[in-house]
Amino acid sequence: MTATVHAPAAPATTDDSRVDARVVRRRLGPGRRLRFGFWAGPLLVLAIWSIGSTTGLISPAILTAPWDVVRAFGDQWTDHDLLGNVLSSLQRAVLGLAFGIVGGTVLAVLSGLSRIGEALVDGPIQIKRSIPTLALIPLFIAWFGIGQEMKIVTIALISLVPIYVHTHNGLRGIDGRYAELAETIGIGRGEFVRHVILPGALPGFLLGMRFAVTSALLGLVVVEQYNATSGIGHMITLAEQYGQTDVIVVGLVIYGIFGYLADTAVRATGRKVLAWRRTLED
Amino acid sequence: MAPHARGLTTAPAVRVRNLHRSFSKDGGVLNGLDLDIAPGEFVALIGRSGTGKSTLLRALAGLDRDVAGHGRVEVPDSVSVVFQDSRLLPWKRVLDNVMFGLHGPGAVERGRQALAEVGLAGRERAWPYQLSGGEQQRASLARSLVREPQLLLADEPFGALDALTRIRMHALLRKLCATHRPAVLLVTHDVDEAIVLADRVILLDAGVVRTDVRVDVAHRSRSDATFAELRAFLLDELGVDEESRS
Repeated sequence: MTATVHAPAAPATTDDSRVDARVVRRRLGPGRRLRFGFWAGPLLVLAIWSIGSTTGLISPAILTAPWDVVRAFGDQWTDHDLLGNVLSSLQRAVLGLAFGIVGGTVLAVLSGLSRIGEALVDGPIQIKRSIPTLALIPLFIAWFGIGQEMKIVTIALISLVPIYVHTHNGLRGIDGRYAELAETIGIGRGEFVRHVILPGALPGFLLGMRFAVTSALLGLVVVEQYNATSGIGHMITLAEQYGQTDVIVVGLVIYGIFGYLADTAVRATGRKVLAWRRTLED
Repeated sequence: MAPHARGLTTAPAVRVRNLHRSFSKDGGVLNGLDLDIAPGEFVALIGRSGTGKSTLLRALAGLDRDVAGHGRVEVPDSVSVVFQDSRLLPWKRVLDNVMFGLHGPGAVERGRQALAEVGLAGRERAWPYQLSGGEQQRASLARSLVREPQLLLADEPFGALDALTRIRMHALLRKLCATHRPAVLLVTHDVDEAIVLADRVILLDAGVVRTDVRVDVAHRSRSDATFAELRAFLLDELGVDEESRS
């Protein structure tokens, strides 16, 4: 048997060896992550706000100028225990969110993996979904009083629903062939949940987290108007009574920062723990 | 090419008697099938589409709980399945996929060894999507063999691979089976693959065994005259006419 081997042609000149001539297709996906992408959008909004306030397009009666908000922030920090208010709000949000996340995930796994669980759990949750949690607050006040319990229960319930819905949806979307594989390997329910169900439902869970964080903040705003002695909501309510628009805006900005940071944290976690996927996200 | 008629000296690894399975009321997919597979025996199962190959394999794998039917199926305690898709869990690294469900202190070492056996040493930390199709299928083979199964069920495991990779996989599978000696039932569409790999080729038709031939090791080479004869015979049994044979 004979064969002719064509050796690759040696580069004609030394210059040629440094050439990097490629045919590159136009990128259709979003491409690489921007370095300061995190700041760009919020800074743009801040810039528009500042320009509007400077030129008088946004009158102080409509929206306090950014620098006045910064001053009010300083006043609140030194004279009215702003840090205490922030921490108190954070504590409520984190506690409520924690209960909501655990509850929503457990219920989603129960109803996702067992038909009996589904029959018992899914209906009530869908019914609960169609009743706005905020409309339940008067009832919760009657049950839990007007203190901390009512606030945490409200935040927990309001964040439980998106966690449940998205985790359940992610779980049921797991390829059935993986369950079949797990059956042939002969593992138990516990290992199946740990190695197949939870990681498979993780993308759904993380999406639920993003909604849950927003819902928790929404709940926070409302519950802190009820007999709170501390918290951002309390600060806003007081400012409303005294007509301090700048302080109200301070509260709103803090809510905004909470939400943006929390969402960014969830997404960054998602990129890290979902490294096994190849998506347009990366 | 004598029909399989070996006296059973040891208890068979697989014993199937009068197996019936049907997906509708009109007709069965398996209609009273009998089959024995000896320990360590490599059986290839061929047949046209819809003749019940996969149904039989799924019955042996215990994956047909929702299918109507009756009959007797006896398989060893330790059965492992290789699917046509590698079925690696995308969220587990390759080594964790191989070790999936294994316990004990030696699990990691066994997993590494199995990966090395299929030529994937060094890829332990890779995600499944980073492997080529052939590598994924090798990883899934490692996942099966690390369990030291007494019965290996393979449902067209090389069906989605290119011709070159297939040839390499054939050699690898023969080598692994020679080392680990599981009984093997390989479902395939490819008559050549069946002859090259198996000790015995079984042809399924209308839900029963229609042909059952032994393949002597000497005739496993494609250049062997008996190979061509056997191939022609099996293609004939499958109803492939002379003209369309390549």
